[in-house]
Formats: sequence, structure tokens, C-alpha cells
Amino acid sequence: MSRSLKKGPYIDIKLEKKVLANVDSEKKTVIKTWSRASMISPDFVGQTIAVHNGNKFIPVYVTENMVGHKLGEFAPTRLFRGHAGNKNKGSK
Amino acid sequence: MARIAGVDIPNNKRGEIALTYIYGIGRSNAQKILTQAGVSWEKKAQDWTDDEQNSIRTVIGDTLKVEGELRSETQMNIKRLMDIGTYRGIRHRIGLPLRGQTTKNNARTRKGRKKTVANKKMAVK
Repeated sequence: MSRSLKKGPYIDIKLEKKVLANVDSEKKTVIKTWSRASMISPDFVGQTIAVHNGNKFIPVYVTENMVGHKLGEFAPTRLFRGHAGNKNKGSK
Repeated sequence: MARIAGVDIPNNKRGEIALTYIYGIGRSNAQKILTQAGVSWEKKAQDWTDDEQNSIRTVIGDTLKVEGELRSETQMNIKRLMDIGTYRGIRHRIGLPLRGQTTKNNARTRKGRKKTVANKKMAVK
């Protein structure tokens, strides 16, 4: 079930503030965030956001196509190295 | 034999059913199309007059994406997910289910036919 339109998209307030500050001052500093559930709004385009995956921060460069997706979708939380004895599947 | 939306040739079934032979049209869409075109749902496809066929064609052309156009749209959507590197795109790439289903067992629709791993039992013991 999708989120009620009445509420608008969920974006972490602190994160949004930081992004907007970045846009205003035309800086490109990497913003660290744990807020994987935040939706990417059009303001984010061109920014690099370091999204936590539970272990470390994955830098995500936001492009136009990504608007409307959530930050967590771009920082996988699981690492699959392939099955034992399966040589042709390399590490990821 | 009527020829609608390119290659599809629905046979001597009721219009409501015959239209579902087109990719992108199910029962409910078929019923909507026939109502809009002013053709009875019950009328068999072979009994359609040329006028009726044409009005069905225009209704489909105006309101729906079907066949190749729809298929390519779906493919484009999948490609977009893969290109921007989302979780769902990655799952598409490696051929596993996208929506959090378990993959320890089953998930055969996505994974395809079972591939037997030799000596798996031996290794586990």
C-alpha cells in the first residue's frame, strides 16, 4: 500500500535542511545520512549523499531518474559473494 | 477472422473473451472497450461488422497501450531500474524475486527450473 498523498513524501527534516543549505551555497559536500527511508526530492539532484547500509556509508550520486525513489534503494544492505565452488560468479 | 491491434486474430469466441487474446487487454478492459464501442459483450468476434471492428480499433488506439508498445514500455521501466542501480534493478539483473520474498526454497518463477547441485548433501553431512 502506498503512502497517503495528503501527507506528501517523507523526507527526513534534518537531511532536507542540509541538502537545501548545500544547494543554496552551491557546495557539493557529501552529506552522511542514516535516513534510508527518505524519498529523493528534485532538490537532491546533483548532490552526493552517503547512505548508511548498516555497516558503512555508500556514496550515492543523485541523478534525475532517481527522483521519487528512496535513498535506501541505492545502498544494498546484504553482501552475496556467490555459493561455494561456484567459480564463475565473482565477488560483488 | 478479425485482425485487431496488429497480429492478433481472435477466433470465434464472444467479443469479451476474444479481445483478451491481445496482450494488455484483460476481461475488464475488454468489457470497457466493447461498451465504449457500442458492441454487445456477447457478440462473437466473427459476427462483428466492419463498422464495429473499426470502432473497436479506434477505441483501443485512443485509450490503451497494447502489444509491442506496452511490452517495450515494461522493458524500459525495468531497464531504468537496472541503470540507476536500485535494489529492484539489481534483483532483476540476477534473476531473483524483487519484493522481499524468501529465496531459500521455491521462488521458482524467477529462478527458473531447478538446477541440481552435485554432492550438496555430502558437503553438508
